[in-house]
Amino acid sequence: MRLPEGWVTAAALALLPAVALWAWAADEPFTITLATRAAILALAAVGLNVALGIGGLVSLGHAVFFGIGGYAMGILAFHAQTYAPLEIGPLTIAGTRSMPLIWLVATAASALVAWLIGLLSLRTSGIYFIMITLAFGQMAFYFAISWTAYGGEDGLSIYVRNGFPGLNTLVPIQFFALCCAVLLLAVALQWRLRASGFGLALDAARQAPARVEAAGLSPRRLKLAAFVLSGALTGLAGALFADLNRFVSPSMFSWQLSGELIVLIVLGGTGRLAGPVIGAALFVALEHWLGGLTEFWLVWLGAILLGIVLFARGGVVGLLTGRAGPHV
Amino acid sequence: MSEVLAADGLTKRFGALLASDGVSIDVRAGEIHAVIGPNGAGKSTLIAQISGALAPDAGTVRLNGADVTRWSVARRAKAGLARTFQVSALALEATAEENVMLGALGRDGGLRHRTARNAALRDAARAALDRVGLAARGTPASDLSHGQRRQLEVAVALAQRPRLFLMDEPMAGLGAEGTRRLTPLLDGLRAEAPILLVEHDMDAVFALADRITVLVAGRAIATGTPSAIRADADVRAAYLGDG
Amino acid sequence: MTPILLIEQVLNGLQFGVMLFLMAAGLTLIFGVMGLINLAHGSLYMIGAFAAAAVAGATGSFALGLAAALAAAAAAGALVEVAVIRRLYRAAHLDQVLATFALILIFSEGTRWAFGSFPLFLDIPAALSGPVTLPGGIEYPRYRLALIGAGLAVAVGLWWLTTRTRLGLRIRAGAEDREMVAALGVDIRTLYTVVFALGAALAGLAGALVGAIQSVQVGMGEPVLILAFVVIVIGGIGSIRGAFVGALLVGLTDTLGGLLLPDLLALFMENGAATQAGSALASMSVYLLMAAVLIWRPAGLFGRPA
Repeated sequence: MRLPEGWVTAAALALLPAVALWAWAADEPFTITLATRAAILALAAVGLNVALGIGGLVSLGHAVFFGIGGYAMGILAFHAQTYAPLEIGPLTIAGTRSMPLIWLVATAASALVAWLIGLLSLRTSGIYFIMITLAFGQMAFYFAISWTAYGGEDGLSIYVRNGFPGLNTLVPIQFFALCCAVLLLAVALQWRLRASGFGLALDAARQAPARVEAAGLSPRRLKLAAFVLSGALTGLAGALFADLNRFVSPSMFSWQLSGELIVLIVLGGTGRLAGPVIGAALFVALEHWLGGLTEFWLVWLGAILLGIVLFARGGVVGLLTGRAGPHV
Repeated sequence: MSEVLAADGLTKRFGALLASDGVSIDVRAGEIHAVIGPNGAGKSTLIAQISGALAPDAGTVRLNGADVTRWSVARRAKAGLARTFQVSALALEATAEENVMLGALGRDGGLRHRTARNAALRDAARAALDRVGLAARGTPASDLSHGQRRQLEVAVALAQRPRLFLMDEPMAGLGAEGTRRLTPLLDGLRAEAPILLVEHDMDAVFALADRITVLVAGRAIATGTPSAIRADADVRAAYLGDG
Repeated sequence: MTPILLIEQVLNGLQFGVMLFLMAAGLTLIFGVMGLINLAHGSLYMIGAFAAAAVAGATGSFALGLAAALAAAAAAGALVEVAVIRRLYRAAHLDQVLATFALILIFSEGTRWAFGSFPLFLDIPAALSGPVTLPGGIEYPRYRLALIGAGLAVAVGLWWLTTRTRLGLRIRAGAEDREMVAALGVDIRTLYTVVFALGAALAGLAGALVGAIQSVQVGMGEPVLILAFVVIVIGGIGSIRGAFVGALLVGLTDTLGGLLLPDLLALFMENGAATQAGSALASMSVYLLMAAVLIWRPAGLFGRPA
């Protein structure tokens, strides 16, 4: 097929709201929850896509940021619900139930950690980068397990979903609308980034770092900036994911999740604007549909993935537009 | 005579191999200074030390009077050093115009702005493409012919509006026709900024260069005008195999 | 802390380290020779453990279990190499990551399908059970001591194989310049399959040996795989010597970190907090070691700088 990419993007962005609205009209709250899950995973994947799809950084540790976002929500809401302020040295923080505040903390904390991890792992490249990001992901996982103050292995339950001014987030369609709006903003940001001089330079840094450097720009700094932004977006998704489930646990840091985020992007189309959204929708649909057919649905996901890697580079967007995406 | 580039006593050793043995070379405003030498003479090592990709074991590099020996590649580029690569280093998935914009981006900034709306950036890119005579602006670099990619390499360097060009075998693989097209372009460039030209094509070198330095086994054995180099006994002995 | 406890923990660290070496050696060999990052290496570890547990359980013979582990992992490795991996050597790293991630999903869920979700158990052979008394009166499990011996023996064997045999010569040559080796008439496809199967067999051996002191279950391979990656980053990609040194460093750091850090922190803070912070820090110690090596030598201790 050879559809224009703009159409594919528009259709992909309309897909989730359409499904959610239908489910709302048909009174199928579970489907709305699935659409919300897809929107949040898509947001996390949009974050990863900035680093991976444009910058060519194959991060196998993005669950770190997802988990940090989740725990930012968990910790702040936990202190609010137990009325026990959080004391860090001389600082006393009361905790909060306000989503905007939680989001701010989640993105800032993820960005900071992304900066630290990026600073270290960008000293290397290629296969080292993959292994190092994977290792730091595992470090965060074990840290969360051993951190018993916030539930350790069992995680933390938050009893009531946090609030957003003007919305009742307990109503599924309202929470979906909120997540979807954040996703659309992130997609717009990704588009704007790709169209900017920074996007051009980052894209070139993936393909010809020596040229970028010879033009007076530092490929490492460009990649670090992309990695930080990427981590911040994925962290924001983590905060929303925690609010969707009203639960955070070390599994948000797991390497499987890091792998799945890459899978989402490649299913949809690496580096494509709509790739993460299509990939996340497809992943949640497969999980639901195949998971209903067989307990061992991951075998089939594995087989599908192998097929895509070996025979269909470019994912769904690649198939629809007839053009392979950027080569990572 | 003002020296734009002055490399002094550059020495670089790889294990037992002395790739640069106290090489000194300077480039003055308005000139093309060519570096020639047989394979393995240390031309690539010299270029790498001047561009900043490789730190010399000893010696200094000065650019417009400033000591840049410890500067990174990017910092030297910002200070006005633009290079072309022996093997084209281009963003192959990006269009020719986008590749050239990259050169201008490094100079002027504009990372935050949308490239499509950045008229200054686009104009600079188009002007550079026009200069090298490359009409296929919207074509991805991967679809350009080898000759077109060589032209694009020069255009990217041009868009940097440099104070010194460092050209690593711009004629490589071009053939007679391509070389004939590129020669007048380089000829005209020296008025804008001087060129340090490493080149294998002797016809082009002797047609273009104001001065030539001959590198043999890591050492600069002679520097002079083309006619002086032709007549130099050492050069004939070591390089042309005479004597 | 008593000296005896310390020596015990050092031995535990060595035992853990040599098992990590078995994993890391295969990974680093496969990367060095074929340029492939293989996430499914942990699955081969798991296959070795399951094969050993199943066969030893059926026959009552640990030795047969070990033989089954080696055979099953090598066979699975060769099969995967021919069916999938072979197509990935020239592919981008992202494709290698995805395809081998897909293999993990298939192997893990396939094993769950075949064996169920409950862990299997592999008994320590009678001849190696019970403690042994070391010089100085330290009692130490005989089996763990045997693991250290087995790991060191494999390390020596690998050193001999890569430096003293024709196969090793070809492997090293293949890592340097594959076109040249192919031009010299070596069947490079078969060589790659053999190297991959060899790496797989080492992973399977590690899985089987460790399977007798831990439970054998789906998902047991990946934590070990990730630590083996840390080992390789520390040691330097492609270097077997680096893998050996890195593995021992990681094994000792992991074991001693959990022991020493709480005591160390207790010097600075109150006891409860020290235990908390100590255990959190101990769980991170291996990764902090990796970070330090990255700052000091980005290409690893024995890696060639890029």
